[in-house]
Amino acid sequence: MLRIRSTQRLADWPGYMSQRADQARDGALASFFATPLPAPDTPIKDVPMVALDMETTGLDERHHAIVSLGVVPFTLDRIRVSQRRYWVVKPPRVLVESSIAYHHITHSEIAQAPDLDAILDELLERLAGRIVVVHFRHIERPFLNEAVKARRGESLMFPMIDTMSLEARRHRQSMWARFKRWLGRPPVPIRLQPSRERYGLPAYQGHHALVDALATAELLQAQIATHYHRDTPLRALWC
Amino acid sequence: MDVELLDIRQHMGKFPPFDALSDDLLDLIATHVEISYFKAGSDILLFDQPVTDLCYIRSGAVEVYRRKGELYNRLGEGDIFGHFSLLRSHRVSFPAKAIEDTLIYFIPDEVFQTLCAEDDNFADFVELERPRLETAAEQQRKDNDMMITRIRKLLSRYPVMVETTTSVQQAACQMGEAQASAVLVLEEGGDDPRLRFTDGEERTWQIRGIMTNSDFRARVVAQGLAPSTPVGEVVSSRLITIQSDESVYEAMLTMLRNNVHHLPVLYRRRPVGIVHLSDIIRYETQSGLYLVGNIFSQSSVEGLERLASDVRAAFVRMVEEGANSHMVGSALSTIGRGFTRRLLELAEDELGPPPVPYCFMVNGSMARNEQSIVTDQDNALVLSDEFVPEQHDSYFLALAKYVSDGLAACGYTYCKGDVMATNRQWRQPLRIWKAYFNDWMDNPTPERLLHSSIFFDLDSVDGEELYVEQLQDLVAEKAPQRPLFLAAMARNALNRTPPLGFFRTFVMEKDGKHNNSINLKRRGTAPMVDVIRVHAMAAGSRAQNSFQRLDDIAETQLLAPGAADKLRYALEFMCMSRIRHQAIDLQEERMPDNNIEPENVADAERHTLKDAFQVLSNAQKFLKFRYPMPANRRAQ
Repeated sequence: MLRIRSTQRLADWPGYMSQRADQARDGALASFFATPLPAPDTPIKDVPMVALDMETTGLDERHHAIVSLGVVPFTLDRIRVSQRRYWVVKPPRVLVESSIAYHHITHSEIAQAPDLDAILDELLERLAGRIVVVHFRHIERPFLNEAVKARRGESLMFPMIDTMSLEARRHRQSMWARFKRWLGRPPVPIRLQPSRERYGLPAYQGHHALVDALATAELLQAQIATHYHRDTPLRALWC
Repeated sequence: MDVELLDIRQHMGKFPPFDALSDDLLDLIATHVEISYFKAGSDILLFDQPVTDLCYIRSGAVEVYRRKGELYNRLGEGDIFGHFSLLRSHRVSFPAKAIEDTLIYFIPDEVFQTLCAEDDNFADFVELERPRLETAAEQQRKDNDMMITRIRKLLSRYPVMVETTTSVQQAACQMGEAQASAVLVLEEGGDDPRLRFTDGEERTWQIRGIMTNSDFRARVVAQGLAPSTPVGEVVSSRLITIQSDESVYEAMLTMLRNNVHHLPVLYRRRPVGIVHLSDIIRYETQSGLYLVGNIFSQSSVEGLERLASDVRAAFVRMVEEGANSHMVGSALSTIGRGFTRRLLELAEDELGPPPVPYCFMVNGSMARNEQSIVTDQDNALVLSDEFVPEQHDSYFLALAKYVSDGLAACGYTYCKGDVMATNRQWRQPLRIWKAYFNDWMDNPTPERLLHSSIFFDLDSVDGEELYVEQLQDLVAEKAPQRPLFLAAMARNALNRTPPLGFFRTFVMEKDGKHNNSINLKRRGTAPMVDVIRVHAMAAGSRAQNSFQRLDDIAETQLLAPGAADKLRYALEFMCMSRIRHQAIDLQEERMPDNNIEPENVADAERHTLKDAFQVLSNAQKFLKFRYPMPANRRAQ
């Protein structure tokens, strides 16, 4: 199988997606991969996107699990709050006490929640045909992949725009940023809230999957408006 | 309600008209908003584009324009726009642009219509806002935030107050506990009605003064006084206060004029707080007037010189923000006074302290607080009567030269008529100045007064203010009794006439220059100021500013009812025209001047200017009639 490492930026996503569509055995996954994505040359202003955020019990996809997911579809011009979706799901393993306060999700909410498998088809439907936008893809991508593999026996991988890596390009990887680091300056924080502050975006109460998804969508709009162009092709942004 | 939308809901719930909506309706909005980010400078609504949503500003700032591009309103967090179009044509009639990075919540038309149908208060707000907004926007074009915000908004608590009998140590402790940097000193009873007030317990107090941190340093510790010294013995009796409904802008000017950093704020006569310069700076860091603070921190003429470009930038910004001519004029005068005062300090550092006391006097536009960006320097020295020319004049000549050269370096060109303290004639002791003024008023002819009318706008900038006040008193008392003097001044006020037909044919000045432009100062504002000065002197007014003079004139029977207001509008309009054209010159990187070119004047402005010139012309005719040359003189 064609493997795509997340570090490869100029990957052949259309080729990968169509190959997976042919190979997929699971119906929901097959139709997800078969839904055409915007071509790599599509100007970002014409790309349908969906912001995705999830809360997990920890940082390691092999030991921790997803507890909630939020998605908001949007374009460069509008974030469609009315079409948002939010799910709490029950992790296979018992939640450790410490993570509960962190997530603002209670035991009873989790106890009544379905397993991710029950909402997976709807989630895939909402992501299909859109470019998924996340802040820090190294959580969303492996967790989702791991969870789907465990439930459907197949992996899940798709192109993403990562607002954190767009920030990193400016504040961590530029020559100027490297020079400042060389001088011993502390690196510019690129977590969601500090990044938003740089664009004059208001502070939201964090750590709620849907609020953070919304916040990520706004951040991408601000990043494109500030550093890119409405005609910037999708391939310059996805990874 | 979904917890994830709480933020949206809570935010809207704080602002009218949403604050009065039921929870259900708020939920309806929150679940239907669409969001978009707009970079500063980008368009949000373009003219005639279809409108499908009400726009709510979640963060940032937006300007709304009229079709022709004039600013209609400036909106901030929690404000809405787009509702006129939703209620009417569903097309944008007022384009909108983000002036800061802005996050907009779009509320779809269906939701908007539901809100109008279900909530009368909401419907009234969006319907009725129209006329209110229109006048408010007009107002706002003239007054920026700082100019309309009242100083009481900046107060966060009552002042710390102590009695005169309190020891300095106790007073210092109270300040420490309250983390205050100043304390008001009160005395029970008191004899100054302006500073007396009655507290909640029917006790009458008088404010004796204010003690600031630096007063404790300079007046207590540095003097080696005992901690038990009563505070009443050390407090300075010099007290500058401001009324709570004055603008932030006025408070700032008061601080800068008097060089104080703390200002007790009074409601009527009761103290309600103390503002510190930093409160104001925090409120409006970018203001042009903050420049004055910079002026005083410069340690050389070169440093001051470098601020000249900041002055021009501040001027352009004030004009853009819609300041009126009074605000621009007094801001530029305050800046000019700042330069002068700082130059005097630097000169004294270099030359040593003055051998006898002096007052540095300014004349003309700076004295009237009507300075423009194109200005020369008019100044003089009024010296103590102990002045002995042989011993002292070399010092004052050097002082005058230092200041005059410094001002010239900072963009205040030398006076062509040599009305400067470097001119020996205008560097004289007080008694000689009194003799000058007496002579001008007692033995007037239009010819003799031609070059001295500038001295009848006079104010002190630094030093012994009393000297100039005595001269002001002399003029105010004597001028109304001297019809011949008033007649001569009136005659001179007719020398420069407005162009009345300028909009049909291009105007040529007599000297042949600028033959397709009008010198708006020479043909408009200056003769108007002359007219007003004559009436003001007849009224015995001590005011120097033309608008304040008009207030004084309006109290008398000198003019027909309403005539003073006409003069005021005409002067304001001509001043603003001149200021706007100067701001345009600066923005287009031309040397600003007093000329306006008829082809650059919009129809509406040309029309109003013509009216203003007509008012001036009529005022001049009336002046001739009101202050005639006495008959016996006319026969000579």
